[in-house]
Amino acid sequence: MLLRAAWRRAAVAVTAAPGPKPAAPTRGLRLRVGDRAPQSAVTADTTSAPEAGPVLRPLYMDVQATTPLDPRVLDAMLPYLINYYGNPHSRTHAYGWESEAAMERARQQVASLIGADPREIIFTSGATESNNIAIKELEAAIQPDTSLVSVMTVNNEIGVKQPIAEIGQICSSRKVYFHTDAAQAVGKIPLNVNDMKIDLMSISGHKIYGPKGVGAIYIRRRPRVRVEALQSGGGQERGMRSGTVPTPLVVGLGAACEVAQQEMEYDHKRISKLAERLIQNIMKSLPDVVMNGDPEHHYPGCINLSFAYVEGESLLMALKDVALSSGSACTSASLEPSYVLRAIGTDEDLAHSSIRFGIGRFTTEEEVDYTVEKCIQHVKRLREMSPLWEMVQDGIDLKSIKWTQH
Amino acid sequence: RSPRLPARELSAPARLYHKKVVDHYENPRNVGSLDKTSKNVGTGLVGAPACGDVMKLQIQVDEKGKIVDARFKTFGCGSAIASSSLATEWVKGKTVEEALTIKNTDIAKELCLPPVKLHCSRKEGMRNISLNSSMEVY
Repeated sequence: MLLRAAWRRAAVAVTAAPGPKPAAPTRGLRLRVGDRAPQSAVTADTTSAPEAGPVLRPLYMDVQATTPLDPRVLDAMLPYLINYYGNPHSRTHAYGWESEAAMERARQQVASLIGADPREIIFTSGATESNNIAIKELEAAIQPDTSLVSVMTVNNEIGVKQPIAEIGQICSSRKVYFHTDAAQAVGKIPLNVNDMKIDLMSISGHKIYGPKGVGAIYIRRRPRVRVEALQSGGGQERGMRSGTVPTPLVVGLGAACEVAQQEMEYDHKRISKLAERLIQNIMKSLPDVVMNGDPEHHYPGCINLSFAYVEGESLLMALKDVALSSGSACTSASLEPSYVLRAIGTDEDLAHSSIRFGIGRFTTEEEVDYTVEKCIQHVKRLREMSPLWEMVQDGIDLKSIKWTQH
Repeated sequence: RSPRLPARELSAPARLYHKKVVDHYENPRNVGSLDKTSKNVGTGLVGAPACGDVMKLQIQVDEKGKIVDARFKTFGCGSAIASSSLATEWVKGKTVEEALTIKNTDIAKELCLPPVKLHCSRKEGMRNISLNSSMEVY
């Protein structure tokens, strides 16, 4: 017991201390992505023939889909990928103890970001798994009339912020459980599970500059919220989520949360300025552009714009130097336009014309300016190719036309 | 059938822009309008903005029934733009009867539209309707 406690203290003090060099592998593991030239991941036969010089990759403006690893997060993870590879549930040796210490430290970092107790954080494989655990709780409810409210904190398509504190207040007064999927909100806007009366919260690593494949669920202890485990096994994570906790990944998640807590205010200010710049510059140069979502209750880093008379997917094709996403049908597997835009009452033709711009911690002013310039250029061009734009210029009211069905 | 599918099919519905499709946007041909009041010009308009797909096709026909010029405008995805662009290229120089034999699948094949874009070649069915309406007007 004493030895374990000593390891715990030692692990806290560990920085990226270089350990003994691992033995050279006898069979080399070929990396898929060569670190020589920045090759794009897009398959070869869709781009032009590879040239001798370095290949440029598109600007990344899709942070709602995923975020790059913050270098500080990678620094925190590396020792646990290389030297400190013990199973955190091994109780009998130093490898296990140091891994466990790192896991508990990460748990504290996650808890601190949302004002929770570390005992209320369970590590999972991501927000999706966390959501499933939270919803399954419905089936574990004791009273037949117990119910659950589940709301996204920040919407991933249009960036709208839901009134979480108010919803929490209502749920608490009606004795109804309140779950929120905070994947897009954690580390970006201040959250406190006690002030907002949140009972369950889903957290995603790769949305906050942490690694993919890891997340967490916050489960309130007072008053106790009971959940049913989705997967059974060795009883790890207080029996709520069996399976060896992946130390390097949770260390990454913890580090990402800590960095986010430190950088939140600065990031928010900087991202707000860049968002303002993007929106103003686009709107002053292009008519008939609509921003989707409530402008007041809005997270600035997620901007969803509809460019009337231009179809979203064609604009994405035109903006090939910028990685973006759209709410239009052509870009979704189901060929249906965004359900979110439909839910907020967007006209269907505008739903087909929407593009989502994601601004994140590493987005630069130049990237924003380049995106704006290209966007203006190509929207103008596509409008020249659009029969709808032509009809509007001729003074025809599009709503008066009887369109053909097919 | 081998269980190991080639990478491209596994990554559907990824938007893989074939360079032929991109080319029709970057080097547009026949984008524009003909004088719709002229008696030699037939105009067809199909689709609906609510469906994310509207195509306008115009053809100019000489006294012998040969299509001498064609123009298009499209509100739709990259494949739809490319399909209508290609259609205007193909109909030029053909007679109206010959033009009507062009099939959706021919266009899809020429542009190497991936399976997920088959609905765009269905849009080619729309193009046919459009062409027909053009003929009727003419």
